[in-house]
Amino acid sequence: MGWYNKRLAKSLWVFHISGSPCNNCDIEILDLLTPRYDVERLGIKLVGSIRHADVLLVTGIFNQKIAPKIKKIYEQAPKPIFVVAVGTCVSSGCCFKESYNRVEKREEVIPIDMYVPGCPPKPESMIEAVAKLLGVLNG
Amino acid sequence: MKANKIPIGPFHPLLEEAEYFELTVDGETVVDIDMEIGWMHRGHEYISEMKTFTQSIYLVERICGICSTSHPIACVHAIEDIDNIEIPLRARYIRTLVGELERIHSHLLWLGLAGHFIGYDTLWMWAWKYREPVLEMFEIISGNRNHYGMMRVGGVAQDVDPAKLIELHKHLDMIEKKMVMIAKAAKDDPVLRSRLKGVGVLTHEAAVAYCTVGPTSRASGVPGDVRLDEPTDAYDLVDFERIVLPNGDVYDKLVVRVLEIIESIKICRQCLSKLETVTGPILNNVKEISPGEGIGRYEAPRGEVFHYIRSDGTNRPIRHKVRAPSYVNIPSFKASCIGIPIADALITLASVDPCYCCTERSIKIIDKNHDSCSFDLIKASREKTEQIRREINAD
Repeated sequence: MGWYNKRLAKSLWVFHISGSPCNNCDIEILDLLTPRYDVERLGIKLVGSIRHADVLLVTGIFNQKIAPKIKKIYEQAPKPIFVVAVGTCVSSGCCFKESYNRVEKREEVIPIDMYVPGCPPKPESMIEAVAKLLGVLNG
Repeated sequence: MKANKIPIGPFHPLLEEAEYFELTVDGETVVDIDMEIGWMHRGHEYISEMKTFTQSIYLVERICGICSTSHPIACVHAIEDIDNIEIPLRARYIRTLVGELERIHSHLLWLGLAGHFIGYDTLWMWAWKYREPVLEMFEIISGNRNHYGMMRVGGVAQDVDPAKLIELHKHLDMIEKKMVMIAKAAKDDPVLRSRLKGVGVLTHEAAVAYCTVGPTSRASGVPGDVRLDEPTDAYDLVDFERIVLPNGDVYDKLVVRVLEIIESIKICRQCLSKLETVTGPILNNVKEISPGEGIGRYEAPRGEVFHYIRSDGTNRPIRHKVRAPSYVNIPSFKASCIGIPIADALITLASVDPCYCCTERSIKIIDKNHDSCSFDLIKASREKTEQIRREINAD
Protein backbone atom coordinates (compact mmCIF):
# COMPACT_ATOMS: atom_id res chain seq x y z
CA MET A 1 0.00 0.00 0.00
CA GLY A 2 2.94 2.34 -0.52
CA TRP A 3 1.20 4.70 -2.91
CA TYR A 4 -1.82 4.91 -0.66
CA ASN A 5 0.22 5.60 2.46
CA LYS A 6 2.09 8.42 0.73
CA ARG A 7 -1.16 10.14 -0.07
CA LEU A 8 -2.41 9.49 3.44
CA ALA A 9 0.68 11.13 4.90
CA LYS A 10 -0.22 14.48 3.36
CA SER A 11 -2.99 15.00 5.88
CA LEU A 12 -3.61 12.59 8.72
CA TRP A 13 -7.01 12.73 10.35
CA VAL A 14 -6.99 11.63 13.92
CA PHE A 15 -9.68 10.13 16.09
CA HIS A 16 -9.13 9.85 19.80
CA ILE A 17 -10.62 7.43 22.32
CA SER A 18 -9.93 7.21 25.99
CA GLY A 19 -9.91 3.74 27.46
CA SER A 20 -9.96 4.55 31.18
CA PRO A 21 -6.95 6.82 31.49
CA CYS A 22 -6.57 9.63 34.03
CA ASN A 23 -7.53 12.18 31.33
CA ASN A 24 -4.14 13.80 31.29
CA CYS A 25 -3.04 12.23 28.03
CA ASP A 26 -6.35 13.29 26.49
CA ILE A 27 -5.81 16.86 27.59
CA GLU A 28 -2.27 16.86 26.22
CA ILE A 29 -3.58 15.52 22.91
CA LEU A 30 -6.04 18.40 22.71
CA ASP A 31 -3.27 20.76 23.75
CA LEU A 32 -1.56 19.86 20.48
CA LEU A 33 -4.38 21.57 18.59
CA THR A 34 -4.16 24.87 20.41
CA PRO A 35 -1.95 27.81 19.36
CA ARG A 36 1.24 26.81 21.22
CA TYR A 37 1.77 23.52 19.37
CA ASP A 38 -0.77 23.71 16.56
CA VAL A 39 -0.40 20.41 14.74
CA GLU A 40 -2.88 21.49 12.11
CA ARG A 41 0.07 23.06 10.34
CA LEU A 42 1.22 19.45 9.70
CA GLY A 43 -2.15 18.59 8.22
CA ILE A 44 -3.31 16.79 11.33
CA LYS A 45 -6.91 17.26 12.30
CA LEU A 46 -8.97 15.82 15.12
CA VAL A 47 -12.20 14.44 13.68
CA GLY A 48 -15.50 13.56 15.32
CA SER A 49 -16.09 10.17 13.78
CA ILE A 50 -13.94 7.07 13.51
CA ARG A 51 -15.17 6.63 9.95
CA HIS A 52 -13.22 9.69 8.88
CA ALA A 53 -10.01 8.79 10.67
CA ASP A 54 -6.62 7.57 9.47
CA VAL A 55 -5.03 7.42 12.90
CA LEU A 56 -6.57 6.15 16.12
CA LEU A 57 -5.13 7.52 19.35
CA VAL A 58 -5.79 5.38 22.40
CA THR A 59 -5.02 6.14 26.02
CA GLY A 60 -5.55 4.35 29.31
CA ILE A 61 -5.49 0.85 30.73
CA PHE A 62 -8.61 -0.45 28.91
CA ASN A 63 -10.82 -1.62 31.73
CA GLN A 64 -13.05 -4.66 31.36
CA LYS A 65 -16.12 -2.60 30.63
CA ILE A 66 -14.63 -0.38 27.96
CA ALA A 67 -12.45 -2.95 26.13
CA PRO A 68 -15.28 -4.44 23.99
CA LYS A 69 -16.29 -0.91 22.98
CA ILE A 70 -12.73 -0.10 21.92
CA LYS A 71 -12.69 -3.25 19.82
CA LYS A 72 -15.98 -2.22 18.25
CA ILE A 73 -14.67 1.25 17.43
CA TYR A 74 -11.59 -0.29 15.83
CA GLU A 75 -13.73 -2.61 13.73
CA GLN A 76 -15.75 0.35 12.47
CA ALA A 77 -12.63 2.15 11.28
CA PRO A 78 -11.80 2.23 7.58
CA LYS A 79 -8.57 0.30 7.03
CA PRO A 80 -5.68 0.97 6.93
CA ILE A 81 -5.80 2.67 10.30
CA PHE A 82 -2.74 3.32 12.41
CA VAL A 83 -3.15 2.89 16.14
CA VAL A 84 -0.95 5.09 18.30
CA ALA A 85 -0.96 4.35 22.02
CA VAL A 86 -0.40 7.52 24.01
CA GLY A 87 0.96 7.27 27.53
CA THR A 88 2.58 4.68 29.74
CA CYS A 89 -0.80 3.22 30.72
CA VAL A 90 -1.27 1.44 27.41
CA SER A 91 2.21 -0.02 27.25
CA SER A 92 2.85 -1.10 30.84
CA GLY A 93 -0.22 -0.23 32.90
CA CYS A 94 1.61 2.53 34.78
CA CYS A 95 0.59 2.48 38.45
CA PHE A 96 -2.60 0.55 37.67
CA LYS A 97 -0.69 -2.68 37.07
CA GLU A 98 -2.34 -4.42 40.04
CA SER A 99 -5.85 -3.33 39.08
CA TYR A 100 -8.48 -6.06 38.97
CA ASN A 101 -10.31 -4.25 36.21
CA ARG A 102 -7.46 -4.07 33.73
CA VAL A 103 -7.25 -5.94 30.44
CA GLU A 104 -4.01 -7.92 30.68
CA LYS A 105 -2.92 -7.68 27.06
CA ARG A 106 -4.12 -4.58 25.34
CA GLU A 107 -2.57 -5.75 22.08
CA GLU A 108 -5.19 -8.48 21.98
CA VAL A 109 -8.02 -5.96 22.10
CA ILE A 110 -6.72 -3.96 19.15
CA PRO A 111 -3.38 -4.15 17.30
CA ILE A 112 -1.16 -1.25 18.31
CA ASP A 113 1.36 0.18 15.86
CA MET A 114 3.18 2.72 17.94
CA TYR A 115 3.72 3.59 21.58
CA VAL A 116 4.41 7.05 22.95
CA PRO A 117 5.78 6.67 26.49
CA GLY A 118 5.35 9.22 29.24
CA CYS A 119 2.91 9.98 32.01
CA PRO A 120 1.66 12.03 30.29
CA PRO A 121 3.91 12.37 27.23
CA LYS A 122 4.96 15.92 26.53
CA PRO A 123 3.36 17.46 23.44
CA GLU A 124 6.82 17.61 21.89
CA SER A 125 7.21 13.84 22.12
CA MET A 126 3.76 13.35 20.60
CA ILE A 127 4.75 15.59 17.69
CA GLU A 128 7.93 13.52 17.32
CA ALA A 129 5.82 10.36 17.21
CA VAL A 130 3.64 11.88 14.52
CA ALA A 131 6.72 12.91 12.53
CA LYS A 132 8.06 9.35 12.78
CA LEU A 133 4.73 7.97 11.61
CA LEU A 134 4.79 10.35 8.65
CA GLY A 135 8.33 9.17 7.88
CA VAL A 136 7.22 5.52 7.87
CA LEU A 137 4.20 6.30 5.68
CA ASN A 138 6.38 8.17 3.20
CA GLY A 139 8.60 5.10 2.99
CA MET B 1 -46.35 9.89 21.19
CA LYS B 2 -43.52 7.75 22.43
CA ALA B 3 -40.57 9.82 23.52
CA ASN B 4 -37.32 9.48 21.60
CA LYS B 5 -34.13 8.50 23.31
CA ILE B 6 -30.76 10.03 22.48
CA PRO B 7 -27.73 8.05 23.60
CA ILE B 8 -24.55 10.02 24.30
CA GLY B 9 -21.36 8.09 24.80
CA PRO B 10 -19.85 6.00 26.19
CA PHE B 11 -16.83 6.77 24.13
CA HIS B 12 -17.05 10.48 24.24
CA PRO B 13 -17.41 11.00 27.91
CA LEU B 14 -18.79 14.38 28.67
CA LEU B 15 -17.43 14.58 32.16
CA GLU B 16 -14.50 13.68 34.31
CA GLU B 17 -15.48 10.06 34.54
CA ALA B 18 -16.45 8.51 31.22
CA GLU B 19 -20.15 8.21 31.17
CA TYR B 20 -23.08 7.13 29.15
CA PHE B 21 -26.03 9.49 28.97
CA GLU B 22 -29.44 8.79 27.62
CA LEU B 23 -31.55 11.85 26.98
CA THR B 24 -35.24 11.24 26.51
CA VAL B 25 -36.65 13.97 24.29
CA ASP B 26 -40.11 15.02 23.34
CA GLY B 27 -39.66 17.07 20.21
CA GLU B 28 -37.01 19.60 21.10
CA THR B 29 -37.40 19.34 24.85
CA VAL B 30 -35.46 17.07 27.16
CA VAL B 31 -37.93 15.23 29.38
CA ASP B 32 -35.66 12.78 31.15
CA ILE B 33 -32.01 11.96 31.55
CA ASP B 34 -30.34 8.74 32.57
CA MET B 35 -26.69 7.99 33.09
CA GLU B 36 -24.39 5.05 33.53
CA ILE B 37 -20.96 5.29 35.09
CA GLY B 38 -18.05 2.90 35.51
CA TRP B 39 -16.28 3.23 32.18
CA MET B 40 -13.24 4.74 33.81
CA HIS B 41 -13.12 2.43 36.83
CA ARG B 42 -9.54 1.49 37.59
CA GLY B 43 -9.85 0.30 41.17
CA HIS B 44 -7.82 3.01 42.87
CA GLU B 45 -9.01 2.22 46.38
CA TYR B 46 -8.03 -1.43 45.96
CA ILE B 47 -4.61 -0.64 44.47
CA SER B 48 -3.95 1.93 47.19
CA GLU B 49 -4.23 -0.76 49.87
CA MET B 50 -1.30 -2.57 48.23
CA LYS B 51 0.92 0.51 48.15
CA THR B 52 2.82 2.25 50.92
CA PHE B 53 1.62 5.66 52.11
CA THR B 54 4.17 7.48 49.98
CA GLN B 55 3.34 5.42 46.91
CA SER B 56 -0.38 5.94 47.31
CA ILE B 57 0.12 9.72 47.01
CA TYR B 58 1.48 9.17 43.51
CA LEU B 59 -1.36 6.79 42.79
CA VAL B 60 -4.12 9.23 43.77
CA GLU B 61 -2.40 11.84 41.63
CA ARG B 62 -3.48 9.72 38.69
CA ILE B 63 -7.16 9.63 39.64
CA CYS B 64 -7.69 12.66 37.48
CA GLY B 65 -5.27 14.42 35.21
CA ILE B 66 -6.80 17.83 35.77
CA CYS B 67 -7.05 17.76 39.58
CA SER B 68 -3.70 16.07 39.84
CA THR B 69 -2.70 17.95 42.95
CA SER B 70 -6.06 18.19 44.71
CA HIS B 71 -6.25 14.46 45.34
CA PRO B 72 -2.68 14.23 46.70
CA ILE B 73 -3.31 17.22 48.97
CA ALA B 74 -6.49 15.61 50.34
CA CYS B 75 -4.61 12.31 50.69
CA VAL B 76 -1.70 13.79 52.66
CA HIS B 77 -4.18 15.71 54.81
CA ALA B 78 -5.86 12.39 55.64
CA ILE B 79 -2.55 10.72 56.53
CA GLU B 80 -1.41 13.73 58.54
CA ASP B 81 -4.75 13.73 60.33
CA ILE B 82 -4.03 10.25 61.77
CA ASP B 83 -1.02 11.48 63.75
CA ASN B 84 -1.72 15.23 63.77
CA ILE B 85 1.52 15.85 61.89
CA GLU B 86 2.54 19.51 61.67
CA ILE B 87 4.02 20.71 58.42
CA PRO B 88 6.58 23.53 58.03
CA LEU B 89 5.37 26.98 57.11
CA ARG B 90 7.29 27.11 53.83
CA ALA B 91 5.77 23.80 52.75
CA ARG B 92 2.30 25.19 53.52
CA TYR B 93 2.86 28.09 51.15
CA ILE B 94 4.22 25.81 48.43
CA ARG B 95 1.19 23.51 48.73
CA THR B 96 -1.20 26.41 48.42
CA LEU B 97 0.74 27.84 45.48
CA VAL B 98 0.59 24.57 43.54
CA GLY B 99 -3.07 24.04 44.43
CA GLU B 100 -4.10 27.48 43.25
CA LEU B 101 -2.08 27.30 40.03
CA GLU B 102 -3.94 24.11 39.32
CA ARG B 103 -7.24 25.88 39.85
CA ILE B 104 -6.23 28.50 37.28
CA HIS B 105 -5.34 25.92 34.66
CA SER B 106 -8.41 23.79 35.33
CA HIS B 107 -10.83 26.72 35.10
CA LEU B 108 -9.14 27.97 31.92
CA LEU B 109 -9.50 24.52 30.46
CA TRP B 110 -13.21 24.55 31.24
CA LEU B 111 -13.64 28.07 29.87
CA GLY B 112 -12.11 26.99 26.58
CA LEU B 113 -14.31 23.93 26.45
CA ALA B 114 -17.46 25.92 27.11
CA GLY B 115 -16.53 28.27 24.28
CA HIS B 116 -15.87 25.34 21.98
CA PHE B 117 -19.22 23.73 22.69
CA ILE B 118 -21.25 26.79 21.86
CA GLY B 119 -19.25 27.44 18.70
CA TYR B 120 -17.04 30.14 20.14
CA ASP B 121 -13.70 28.67 19.14
CA THR B 122 -11.87 31.96 19.62
CA LEU B 123 -12.50 31.66 23.34
CA TRP B 124 -11.22 28.07 23.23
CA MET B 125 -7.97 29.01 21.55
CA TRP B 126 -7.49 32.05 23.77
CA ALA B 127 -8.13 30.18 27.00
CA TRP B 128 -5.82 27.33 26.03
CA LYS B 129 -3.13 29.67 24.79
CA TYR B 130 -2.98 31.42 28.13
CA ARG B 131 -3.13 28.11 29.96
CA GLU B 132 0.33 27.29 28.63
CA PRO B 133 2.17 29.86 30.83
CA VAL B 134 0.52 28.22 33.87
CA LEU B 135 1.87 24.84 32.78
CA GLU B 136 5.25 26.52 32.29
CA MET B 137 5.09 27.72 35.89
CA PHE B 138 4.45 24.13 36.95
CA GLU B 139 7.45 23.06 34.94
CA ILE B 140 9.60 25.66 36.71
CA ILE B 141 8.33 24.63 40.14
CA SER B 142 8.15 20.86 39.84
CA GLY B 143 9.76 19.86 36.55
CA ASN B 144 6.54 18.44 35.14
CA ARG B 145 3.77 19.97 33.08
CA ASN B 146 1.19 17.66 34.64
CA HIS B 147 1.36 15.20 37.52
CA TYR B 148 3.63 17.35 39.61
CA GLY B 149 4.51 14.86 42.36
CA MET B 150 4.96 17.67 44.88
CA MET B 151 3.09 16.33 47.90
CA ARG B 152 4.61 14.28 50.71
CA VAL B 153 3.39 13.31 54.14
CA GLY B 154 4.78 16.08 56.35
CA GLY B 155 5.53 18.64 53.65
CA VAL B 156 6.39 18.89 49.99
CA ALA B 157 8.88 17.01 47.85
CA GLN B 158 10.65 19.93 46.20
CA ASP B 159 11.52 23.43 47.24
CA VAL B 160 10.83 26.41 45.02
CA ASP B 161 14.20 27.75 43.91
CA PRO B 162 14.48 31.37 45.19
CA ALA B 163 16.28 32.31 41.96
CA LYS B 164 13.19 31.29 39.99
CA LEU B 165 10.80 33.50 41.93
CA ILE B 166 11.33 36.52 39.67
CA GLU B 167 10.51 34.41 36.63
CA LEU B 168 7.39 33.04 38.35
CA HIS B 169 6.29 36.58 39.20
CA LYS B 170 6.74 37.59 35.56
CA HIS B 171 4.65 34.67 34.36
CA LEU B 172 1.95 35.53 36.89
CA ASP B 173 1.89 39.18 35.78
CA MET B 174 1.39 38.09 32.20
CA ILE B 175 -1.34 35.61 33.14
CA GLU B 176 -3.14 38.23 35.22
CA LYS B 177 -3.14 40.76 32.41
CA LYS B 178 -4.56 38.24 29.98
CA MET B 179 -7.06 36.92 32.53
CA VAL B 180 -8.49 40.38 33.12
CA MET B 181 -8.83 40.70 29.36
CA ILE B 182 -10.54 37.31 28.97
CA ALA B 183 -12.78 37.96 31.98
CA LYS B 184 -13.90 41.24 30.48
CA ALA B 185 -14.41 39.69 27.04
CA ALA B 186 -16.36 36.75 28.43
CA LYS B 187 -18.54 38.83 30.74
CA ASP B 188 -19.31 41.67 28.35
CA ASP B 189 -19.82 39.67 25.19
CA PRO B 190 -23.48 40.12 24.18
CA VAL B 191 -23.61 36.80 22.32
CA LEU B 192 -22.19 34.83 25.22
CA ARG B 193 -24.50 36.58 27.63
CA SER B 194 -27.70 35.90 25.71
CA ARG B 195 -26.59 32.37 24.83
CA LEU B 196 -25.88 31.33 28.41
CA LYS B 197 -28.16 33.48 30.58
CA GLY B 198 -31.05 31.49 31.98
CA VAL B 199 -29.80 28.23 30.45
CA GLY B 200 -29.75 25.06 32.54
CA VAL B 201 -30.73 26.67 35.82
CA LEU B 202 -29.86 24.73 38.96
CA THR B 203 -31.94 26.33 41.67
CA HIS B 204 -30.69 26.92 45.19
CA GLU B 205 -33.04 24.24 46.56
CA ALA B 206 -31.90 21.69 43.98
CA ALA B 207 -28.23 22.50 44.60
CA VAL B 208 -28.77 21.82 48.31
CA ALA B 209 -30.91 18.73 47.69
CA TYR B 210 -28.35 17.14 45.35
CA CYS B 211 -25.46 18.08 47.69
CA THR B 212 -23.54 19.73 44.85
CA VAL B 213 -20.11 21.14 45.63
CA GLY B 214 -17.65 23.60 44.17
CA PRO B 215 -18.40 26.18 41.49
CA THR B 216 -21.57 24.27 40.57
CA SER B 217 -23.09 25.00 43.97
CA ARG B 218 -21.50 28.44 44.41
CA ALA B 219 -23.16 29.60 41.20
CA SER B 220 -26.50 28.59 42.76
CA GLY B 221 -25.96 30.64 45.89
CA VAL B 222 -24.67 27.85 48.15
CA PRO B 223 -21.57 29.36 49.74
CA GLY B 224 -19.58 26.17 50.43
CA ASP B 225 -15.84 26.51 50.02
CA VAL B 226 -13.53 24.24 52.02
CA ARG B 227 -10.67 26.71 51.63
CA LEU B 228 -12.55 29.22 53.78
CA ASP B 229 -14.77 26.97 55.87
CA GLU B 230 -12.00 24.72 57.11
CA PRO B 231 -8.73 26.37 56.13
CA THR B 232 -5.75 24.06 55.80
CA ASP B 233 -2.24 24.70 54.53
CA ALA B 234 -1.75 28.42 54.01
CA TYR B 235 -5.35 29.34 53.26
CA ASP B 236 -5.79 31.01 56.65
CA LEU B 237 -2.67 33.08 56.01
CA VAL B 238 -3.68 34.52 52.66
CA ASP B 239 -6.40 36.96 51.80
CA PHE B 240 -9.04 36.07 49.22
CA GLU B 241 -12.77 36.23 48.69
CA ARG B 242 -15.52 33.69 48.39
CA ILE B 243 -17.26 33.91 45.02
CA VAL B 244 -20.98 33.21 45.23
CA LEU B 245 -23.57 34.09 42.59
CA PRO B 246 -27.34 33.63 42.93
CA ASN B 247 -28.82 32.54 39.59
CA GLY B 248 -27.52 29.01 38.99
CA ASP B 249 -27.49 29.21 35.21
CA VAL B 250 -24.55 28.38 32.96
CA TYR B 251 -23.60 32.05 32.68
CA ASP B 252 -23.22 32.33 36.45
CA LYS B 253 -21.11 29.18 36.50
CA LEU B 254 -18.87 30.78 33.89
CA VAL B 255 -18.60 34.02 35.84
CA VAL B 256 -17.87 32.15 39.10
CA ARG B 257 -15.00 30.34 37.45
CA VAL B 258 -13.61 33.47 35.79
CA LEU B 259 -13.70 35.39 39.08
CA GLU B 260 -12.12 32.44 40.88
CA ILE B 261 -9.22 32.56 38.45
CA ILE B 262 -8.64 36.19 39.43
CA GLU B 263 -8.83 35.27 43.15
CA SER B 264 -6.41 32.37 42.60
CA ILE B 265 -3.93 34.70 40.96
CA LYS B 266 -4.20 36.89 44.03
CA ILE B 267 -3.45 33.93 46.30
CA CYS B 268 -0.51 32.82 44.13
CA ARG B 269 0.97 36.28 44.26
CA GLN B 270 0.75 36.36 48.06
CA CYS B 271 2.33 32.90 48.30
CA LEU B 272 5.18 33.88 45.99
CA SER B 273 5.98 37.00 47.98
CA LYS B 274 5.87 35.00 51.23
CA LEU B 275 8.25 32.44 49.75
CA GLU B 276 10.81 35.26 49.38
CA THR B 277 10.88 35.86 53.15
CA VAL B 278 9.79 32.59 54.78
CA THR B 279 12.71 30.20 55.00
CA GLY B 280 13.19 26.89 56.69
CA PRO B 281 12.66 23.21 56.04
CA ILE B 282 10.05 21.96 53.59
CA LEU B 283 9.62 18.45 54.93
CA ASN B 284 9.06 17.02 58.40
CA ASN B 285 10.49 13.55 58.36
CA VAL B 286 7.70 11.20 59.32
CA LYS B 287 9.06 7.86 60.51
CA GLU B 288 5.86 5.91 60.96
CA ILE B 289 2.10 6.26 60.99
CA SER B 290 0.36 4.98 64.11
CA PRO B 291 -2.89 2.98 63.95
CA GLY B 292 -5.96 5.11 63.49
CA GLU B 293 -8.05 6.82 60.91
CA GLY B 294 -7.97 10.23 59.32
CA ILE B 295 -9.88 12.35 56.89
CA GLY B 296 -8.59 14.91 54.44
CA ARG B 297 -10.52 17.58 52.60
CA TYR B 298 -9.48 19.96 49.90
CA GLU B 299 -11.32 22.29 47.57
CA ALA B 300 -10.46 20.94 44.12
CA PRO B 301 -11.31 23.07 41.07
CA ARG B 302 -14.57 21.10 40.76
CA GLY B 303 -15.49 21.03 44.42
CA GLU B 304 -14.67 19.29 47.62
CA VAL B 305 -12.41 16.23 47.48
CA PHE B 306 -12.67 13.89 50.45
CA HIS B 307 -10.19 11.19 51.41
CA TYR B 308 -10.50 8.72 54.26
CA ILE B 309 -7.54 6.58 55.30
CA ARG B 310 -7.34 3.92 57.99
CA SER B 311 -3.98 2.72 59.17
CA ASP B 312 -3.11 -0.34 61.29
CA GLY B 313 0.39 0.81 62.18
CA THR B 314 2.14 -0.73 59.16
CA ASN B 315 3.38 1.33 56.25
CA ARG B 316 0.28 0.69 54.16
CA PRO B 317 -3.27 2.01 54.43
CA ILE B 318 -5.73 -0.80 55.11
CA ARG B 319 -8.63 1.26 53.80
CA HIS B 320 -8.55 4.22 51.46
CA LYS B 321 -11.81 5.84 50.49
CA VAL B 322 -12.04 8.61 47.91
CA ARG B 323 -15.01 10.83 47.21
CA ALA B 324 -14.56 12.99 44.14
CA PRO B 325 -16.58 16.17 43.50
CA SER B 326 -17.98 15.14 40.11
CA TYR B 327 -19.66 12.18 41.73
CA VAL B 328 -22.11 14.42 43.53
CA ASN B 329 -22.31 17.08 40.83
CA ILE B 330 -23.36 14.70 38.05
CA PRO B 331 -26.76 13.69 39.48
CA SER B 332 -27.73 17.38 39.53
CA PHE B 333 -28.40 17.02 35.79
CA LYS B 334 -31.75 15.57 36.83
CA ALA B 335 -32.59 19.01 38.17
CA SER B 336 -30.91 21.21 35.58
CA CYS B 337 -31.41 19.38 32.28
CA ILE B 338 -35.07 18.47 32.35
CA GLY B 339 -37.30 20.85 30.44
CA ILE B 340 -34.59 22.61 28.45
CA PRO B 341 -34.24 22.52 24.67
CA ILE B 342 -31.84 19.95 23.31
CA ALA B 343 -29.51 22.61 21.89
CA ASP B 344 -28.85 23.74 25.45
CA ALA B 345 -28.39 20.24 26.85
CA LEU B 346 -24.74 19.98 25.82
CA ILE B 347 -23.56 23.16 27.50
CA THR B 348 -25.63 22.35 30.59
CA LEU B 349 -24.03 18.91 30.84
CA ALA B 350 -20.66 20.57 30.30
CA SER B 351 -21.29 23.29 32.85
CA VAL B 352 -20.32 21.22 35.88
CA ASP B 353 -16.82 20.91 34.36
CA PRO B 354 -16.39 17.98 32.04
CA CYS B 355 -13.37 16.30 30.55
CA TYR B 356 -12.00 16.71 27.13
CA CYS B 357 -12.54 13.33 25.64
CA CYS B 358 -15.63 14.77 24.05
CA THR B 359 -14.40 17.40 21.63
CA GLU B 360 -16.50 16.27 18.75
CA ARG B 361 -19.39 13.97 19.02
CA SER B 362 -21.94 12.63 16.62
CA ILE B 363 -24.98 11.08 18.21
CA LYS B 364 -28.05 9.32 16.96
CA ILE B 365 -31.72 9.75 17.50
CA ILE B 366 -33.46 6.41 17.50
CA ASP B 367 -37.17 6.46 16.76
CA LYS B 368 -39.69 3.84 17.81
CA ASN B 369 -39.12 1.71 14.69
CA HIS B 370 -35.40 1.63 15.53
CA ASP B 371 -34.64 3.50 12.35
CA SER B 372 -31.98 5.94 13.30
CA CYS B 373 -31.08 9.27 11.92
CA SER B 374 -27.91 11.14 12.63
CA PHE B 375 -28.14 14.17 14.84
CA ASP B 376 -25.23 16.32 15.86
CA LEU B 377 -25.56 17.79 19.33
CA ILE B 378 -22.61 20.14 18.95
CA LYS B 379 -24.01 21.39 15.66
CA ALA B 380 -27.36 22.14 17.25
CA SER B 381 -25.64 23.99 20.06
CA ARG B 382 -23.56 26.07 17.65
CA GLU B 383 -26.48 26.86 15.39
CA LYS B 384 -28.30 28.35 18.32
CA THR B 385 -25.31 30.60 19.10
CA GLU B 386 -25.11 31.63 15.47
CA GLN B 387 -28.81 32.48 15.48
CA ILE B 388 -28.39 34.66 18.58
CA ARG B 389 -25.39 36.34 16.98
CA ARG B 390 -27.45 37.17 13.92
CA GLU B 391 -30.32 38.52 16.01
CA ILE B 392 -27.98 40.74 18.00
CA ASN B 393 -26.28 42.04 14.89
CA ALA B 394 -29.66 42.77 13.30
CA ASP B 395 -30.74 44.95 16.22
